[in-house]
Order: sequence, then structure tokens, then C-alpha cells
Amino acid sequence: MARKQPESEILQGTLDMLILHTLAPGAAHGHTIAYAIERRSEDVLLVEHGSLYPALHRLEARGWIASFWGTSENNRKARYYRLTAAGRKQLHAETSRWQRVVRAVNQVLRPVEE
Amino acid sequence: MTWTQFFRRRWWDEERAREISAYLEIETADNTARGMPPAEAAAAAHRKFGNTGLVQEEIHCMNTIGWLEGAWQDLRYAVRTLRLSPGFAAVAILSLALGMGANTAIFQLLDAVRLRSLPVARPQELAEVKIAGGNHGMGLNQPYGELTRPLWELIRDKQQVFSGVFAWSANERYIGRGAEMRHFNELLVSGGFFRVLGVTPYRGRLIEPQDEGACPEPVAVASYSYWQSELGGRDIGSGIKLYADGDLVQVVGVTPPEFFGMVVGDSFDLAMPFCKPNQPLRRDVFEVSVMGRLKPGWTRERASAAMSALSPGLFEATVPPGREPSSQQMYRNFRLAAYPASGGVSELRQTYDKSLWLLLGITGLVLLIACANLANLMLARASARGREIAVRMALGASRGRLLRQLLAESCLLAIIGAALGVALSQTLCRVLFWAVLPEGRKAGLRVITDWRVMLYAGAAAILTCIIFGAVPALRASNSQPSAAMKAGGRGMTASRERFSLERAMIVTQISVSLLLLVGALLFVRSFRNLMTFNPGMREAGITSAFLGFWQSNLPHERWMEFERQLLQEVQQTPGVLTAASTTHVPLWGGSWTHGVRVGSTEGDSKFTWVSPDYFRTMGIPVMWGRAFNQNDSNTSTRAAIVNEAFVRKFAGGRDPIGLTLRTGEEPNYPSTVYEIVGVVTDTKYNDVRGISPIQAFAPATQLPNQGPWANLLIYSKVPSNALIATLKRKLAHDHPEVITEFGNFQQVVRDRFLQERMMATLSGFFGGLAAILAMVGLYGVVSYMVARRRNEIGVRLALGADRRQVIAMVMREAGRMLAIGIVIGTGLSLAAGRSARSLLFGLKANDPSTFVAAGLLLAAIAVAASFIPARRAARLDPMAALRDE
Repeated sequence: MARKQPESEILQGTLDMLILHTLAPGAAHGHTIAYAIERRSEDVLLVEHGSLYPALHRLEARGWIASFWGTSENNRKARYYRLTAAGRKQLHAETSRWQRVVRAVNQVLRPVEE
Repeated sequence: MTWTQFFRRRWWDEERAREISAYLEIETADNTARGMPPAEAAAAAHRKFGNTGLVQEEIHCMNTIGWLEGAWQDLRYAVRTLRLSPGFAAVAILSLALGMGANTAIFQLLDAVRLRSLPVARPQELAEVKIAGGNHGMGLNQPYGELTRPLWELIRDKQQVFSGVFAWSANERYIGRGAEMRHFNELLVSGGFFRVLGVTPYRGRLIEPQDEGACPEPVAVASYSYWQSELGGRDIGSGIKLYADGDLVQVVGVTPPEFFGMVVGDSFDLAMPFCKPNQPLRRDVFEVSVMGRLKPGWTRERASAAMSALSPGLFEATVPPGREPSSQQMYRNFRLAAYPASGGVSELRQTYDKSLWLLLGITGLVLLIACANLANLMLARASARGREIAVRMALGASRGRLLRQLLAESCLLAIIGAALGVALSQTLCRVLFWAVLPEGRKAGLRVITDWRVMLYAGAAAILTCIIFGAVPALRASNSQPSAAMKAGGRGMTASRERFSLERAMIVTQISVSLLLLVGALLFVRSFRNLMTFNPGMREAGITSAFLGFWQSNLPHERWMEFERQLLQEVQQTPGVLTAASTTHVPLWGGSWTHGVRVGSTEGDSKFTWVSPDYFRTMGIPVMWGRAFNQNDSNTSTRAAIVNEAFVRKFAGGRDPIGLTLRTGEEPNYPSTVYEIVGVVTDTKYNDVRGISPIQAFAPATQLPNQGPWANLLIYSKVPSNALIATLKRKLAHDHPEVITEFGNFQQVVRDRFLQERMMATLSGFFGGLAAILAMVGLYGVVSYMVARRRNEIGVRLALGADRRQVIAMVMREAGRMLAIGIVIGTGLSLAAGRSARSLLFGLKANDPSTFVAAGLLLAAIAVAASFIPARRAARLDPMAALRDE
């Protein structure tokens, strides 16, 4: 049943980073995270909220986030995620790498001065 | 992906499912709060989330190992499909289990007899020192005796090749006194034996160098099984004392359970050290086997070269005295060499080696036939499932995926079959042991299901799985979906192409069955020849008696007289017709040769000293001259009776009566002149399978060197068991100090045919099994072909074909396969026959009548197997067949 991951690698990495970033201020459950990313990326990076969950599973398996069952704002059971120390380190590394890449790409894409 | 994830994947699946539904609930609640109606709120939440199934599957995939999960699924699917057709599964598993069981059992036997190393430390370092090319029958030769004791002592002191050397010999001795007396297997060892082998005591201590030589306090070490069974596992510390042939010995230790001695198939009971006898050691008794542990870095070749270089001095210093100069010169020229000894020594190995390999081949072929049957069954199943497979391929299943699934089914069958087979082989092996080994040997061989056996069974299972699973699976997965769905099993005539595989498999089966049937018939007939062969003497009604009187205190001079007295007492026992003493019991394997000179002709002759009634007892006719009588005494002229072969060799076929023969000088047997007084017919000597050698007989009264024992052969019409009971009772009463051992002469002779019996029984059984399997296979395939051609046959019948023509059509089909199979099989049998040649008695491996019989038998079976479906085809109601269309 080995099915290919639907996302391309760069987006997958980006999603991971965004999740970590979203969790940086404090624990949140999947619904909150999804809306946070959706809002901030103006609907570009997360079309279906479902695709968040495999990413959460992967991050948890790598030990970057940890989860626990809690109660949501409107009194429903929900699975909360928080950053682990390793996750915080990873977020830091990812962010700076991303910024380097963005800077580099921007450099390349800058209109050529004549 | 980690293993913990893999094993908790079900838990994770549930966890994530709960999480997803939590999301959906929250989203729905939010939607409702925004004022949506409940139904639409839920639908919107689902839309927002996307495909829940897809997300869950993606998460599941992260947790699992693809191929493992797939294999597990395939296996479960295979179990389900097999459960749907329990009949097929049962037949498949049973035939595989039989094939594998037989195979594994034979392998286990082979492993026990041949392949396993001695249970000692680093057995591969052991080497045995032997005379290259043997000692040409010089002097006295004990079983496993390769060198003399004086030679061993020199080797021990002079050799530089081994880090340690030891010598041992195996003997049968008696323990206890009087009526309590019984046999034990003695392992006589040099002081370093256990130390060099690296055997550690189970209890007490083992034999040490200081026990050897003068033997101040006779000690013994018991084997674990002897300690358990005969000594009751008693504490060694308290000192167990035993009488071994009248000497008091103390048991000081026990060897570990796995150590059986040096002879595979013949475990020892008590090990005792070499002690210096009162007289000097004899230089012509080849009684010890000398072994050593190679020094680190030494190869066997290097050791051989070094021992060979050492040889001239060793042999020069130990020339046996009192022998002919030519024989002494031969002795001086002997050279020593080192041989591998990691597996110990074994008579069984030499005897059964070839037949066991042959049987392994036979069982392998039976397994092959079973595989071919299964392959045909699988082919039929695969084509019945053609539509299912086509649908699955059309839906996007990959070829590899389908192949794996089809293979899973056959591998499941193979694995179950192998597991059952291994279980079955335990029983089979025990039955085989019981059938193969002579009485009293059974304890010696250990059959252990070790890694080697499991590996073999595993390899056999995988191989069979590939053989019978791969071809049908490959073909099924190669089918074109569109074609398969269109055909749907409704073709008008089946194409030739379709059945080519089935045909090939049937031809293989027939040819292999023919090979096995030929083999079976050859071995059965060989065994029959052996059982009915007339060795030139009486076998039925003869009882043998061995009487030992070394525990009575008779002086040396009275031994001969006592033997005569015992013989007389036996002769006077009611029921005894005649009885005689002999120095050599014929057909039992021993041999006694003397150098002989008649006039100017020199040569060797077997020599046997017998009492007057010997020829009458054994039913050997005296052709010329006279038999021995009471007048041939210790003081009369030395008289000899010779056989026809003797006359041909030494007297040129002329009447030899009155000629004299002179024996060559040997220690204790001074050169003596005998006058030939009679001629008897040729008989077999020590083996029914052997030749009829040159023989001479002399009166028992003129035996130069009578020992304290007698071999009697007794002819009686009373059943052997009853006679033995009577004689035992009588002798125990009259001479309690005499050791007695009786045997049914013919029984013992026939027990020596165990190998032939084994080959005949087993090859007969397997040949029959092969024929039955081939018959089942042929029946199945012909039936299948007929079923597939139902419509065609219906049309033929409707168009006016005769029913006989239909039968002929189907039978022609089968006949062609049979003919090709028989031709190939005959070729195979002729080629394979060469390997069986040495195991056959009284017929050649390419015996034409055997081939014809096997061919006819197979043809009859094949015709019977294909006639039933042919007749079914002919009875087809054309209307019904066409209406089906």
C-alpha cells in the first residue's frame, strides 16, 4: 500500500515549518492550527485541512512536537500539540534556512540592472 | 518510521481517526454557530477537511512497512481462498507433507550417519593416522583397528605433527559374573584420549595419562547412557565397582550425554585405559585407531607428508616376528598418512552412504512429482480464476502485485506442507531406524532435528513453492485482461498452446515415475535374488552357539577337550540332529586366511578348523575322498579337505587326494604340512554377495592354537527359539561359568541384507507412491482438458462422431504424453542405473525385463487413469453440452 505522498517536497517542508511556527507561542489543537495557517497564508498553503494531519503525525513521529488530549475552548475533546525542545531547535534551523533560500531566490529573481 | 510505530499502527490509526472526528465536530459546531443548518454544517466541515479516508490511509502508510504489510495481506487472502476449497488444500498439503516428510527423514538419517561432526571441541582439527592403502589383511585385524599397539607407542613418542595424539579401540566384553553376565561395549583408550578430544567430565573424572600402562588401580569411565541405564545414575563419589571379565574395576566418572565415543552408530558403555598385558604387546594385531589434533597452522597434507617421512623408522622398529620374509618386507614398505577424522569412524557410514544418497535422490524425485501435480492443480485454479484476475488487472492491480498474491498461496501450502513434513519425518525416521539398523545398534545413533535439518526442510519448502507456484502464477499474471474477460472459459476449442505446460508437466511426471519404478523393481528383484540365493550350504534350521569358558579355571591344555565335551553335550540334547564346531561361522562376515603352497604353486586360502560333522550339519556335499572323522586326532597325520576352487588353483583341476599342502609360517601357527583327504563343493564364504573363494578345512583337533571358546553350528528341526531355550537352560545348569550366546543362523545372515531390504522396501514404496501421484496427475489433466473441450466434443457428437472416436481422440492425447514420457524415462533410468550398479545383486542395472515390466506397469496405470475421463467425454449428451453454450 505504498502510496506516493501527494505534496511536493518543498511544500511538505514548508508545511512542517509553518506548523512548528504556529505552535511556538503555545499548545494548540489541529483545528486551531489549520485555521491559523489558512488565515496567515491567505488560503494558499492549506487548501484542505485534512492534509495537516499526516504532517502532524510525521512531526510527532520525529519528536518535534508532542501531543495530549485536552478540552477545546467550546468544551470538546481535542488533541493538543506543543513544541518539544527538539522541535524548537528544528524551527529555528528551518526558519533561518528558509530565509536564506528566500533571500537567494529573490536575488536571482531581481530585475537585471542594465 | 520506527518499529514501535509499526507494531502500534492499529492504535495510531484509531487515535488519528478520533482526532479527525474531533476536528469535524469542532468545525461543525463552529459552522452551526455561524448559523448553518446542522446537515449543511456537517457537510461543510467535511468539505473543509477533504478526504478523510485518504488522510487516514496516508497516515497508516507512514506507520507501516509496505512489503511486510502487503505480505501479511497476501497471506491472509491466501488462507481465505484455501479455506474456500478445503479439498484442494488437503490434497495439496498432504502430498507435500508426504514428500517433504520422506525427504527430511532420509536427510536426517544421512545427517546422523554421515554429515555430523563428533561432539568434541573443534572436530575439524582431528586427523586419523592410517597406513596408506591399508595393511593388505596382514596379521589379525579388529574392527576399526588400523595400527598395532607397539606402532602406536612409537608414534606417540616420535611424532611432531600433532599437538596431541591418542589411540583407542572398540571391543565387546562381558560384565558381571555367572548368570548375571552380560555384554558391554568397551572403549579402550590411551591416557590422553579425553584430554586431546577436549571432553569434559559430566561426573567425577575421566581417564588421565597416569591411569594407563601399569594400571595400578583399574578404573573405568561410563558413558552417560550406560550410567543412567545400567548403573542407575548412582553417585560416582561413593565408588561403583564392577566385574569386567573377572577383573574388579572402579567407575570414576561419567562422560557428557552427547559423547558417544568415536564410532558413529555404536555408542560405548565403559571406557578403560590401555594397560600393559603380562606378555609383550603383539606386533601383528592391528587393533587401535590413532588420531591426533593438528598443530595450529598445519594442514592435513603437511601432516601426511611428515608422517610418511617418519614411517620407515617406525615400521623398521616394529616388524612382526615369525612371518614369511616377503610379508615382513611388505610391512617395512608401509607408509603412514593422515586422514580426516572430524566425523569419527563408522561402519554404517561406509555401508549406507551410497544407498542413503540414492534414497535422498528418490525422495527428491517423489517430491518433484508431487510438485508437478500441484503445479497442474494451481494452473487449473488460475485459469478458473482468470476472470477475477482480469477484473483486478483492469482495475489497476500491478502484475507484480498479482504475482505476489498468487505465489503467497503456493508458499502458504509449501510452508504448511513443510511443517507437517518435519513433524512426520520424526516418525518416519524412527521407522527407518527400526528398519535399517541391526538389533542393538539403535541406541548408538542420535537423530536430532538441528539447524541443518531445519535448513534443509526450509530450502525444500522454498524450492517446491517456486517450482509449483511460480509457473502458474507467472502465466496467470501475464494474461491480457481483455482477452481473459472475453474468453471467460467459453472457448470453442482449447488451443494447443493453452495446455502445453500441463503436457510438459505430465511428461515429466511419467518419465520420473518410470525412473522410480525401474529403480524399485531393480531393488526388489535384487533383494529377492539375495533372499533366495543358495550359498551352497544349509541355512534354515541352523542354530549358532558361541560358548566362552575363559572364566572357568581350566588350564590351557584342557580347552580343546572341554570344547569337545560341550559339543557332545549339545549333540545329545533332544531335538538336535547334528552339530559341529568351527573356527569360522560362514556368511557372517569374518575371514581367516593362510598362505598356502602346493608343490610349486603358492597362494592364499581360507582356512577353517571344523569337527567331523561339520559338512553333514551344513549340508555341504563331499565330492571326492572322505569327510573328517574321530580318527583325525591331535596325533594323527594332519588332514585337510579342500573345495573345488582350491583344486582348480592348486591341482590344475586333477584329483588332489593324497597331495600335500604346506601353510606359511605365522606367529602361533607354525608352518604345517597337511595331506588332502577330500574335496567339497564350492560355497560362499563370509558373504552371500561375495565370491566363492579358495577354501581349506582341517580337523578341529589339529587346531594349533585353541582359545577358551567354541563356535557351534547346530542343525535341528525344532524351532530355533525353542532349541535355544532348551540349550541355555541345560548349559546354565551344567556349566554356570560358561558364557553362552545363541543365534538363528539364517536370521543373522539375513540381517546382513538390511541395506538391500531397506532399498527394496523404500524404493518400492516410493516407486508406488510416484506411480499413484503420476496417475492422479494424468487423470486430473485429462479430465480438465475434456472439461475445457466440452463444447467441441458436443459439436463433434452432434455432427455424428462415433463415441468410440471420441474415446480414441482423448486416449490418443494421453498416449502421446505417455509415449514421450516413457522414452525420456528410459533414457533417465539408463543414465541413473550406473549409480545403483554396486547395490544390485544378481542382475544388471539395465536389466531389459525390468525396464519392460516398469514400462508396462506405467502404461497400464496411465491408460486406466485416462480412460475414465475419456469415457465421460464419450457419454456427453451433445444437446446438454451445446445448450450450455
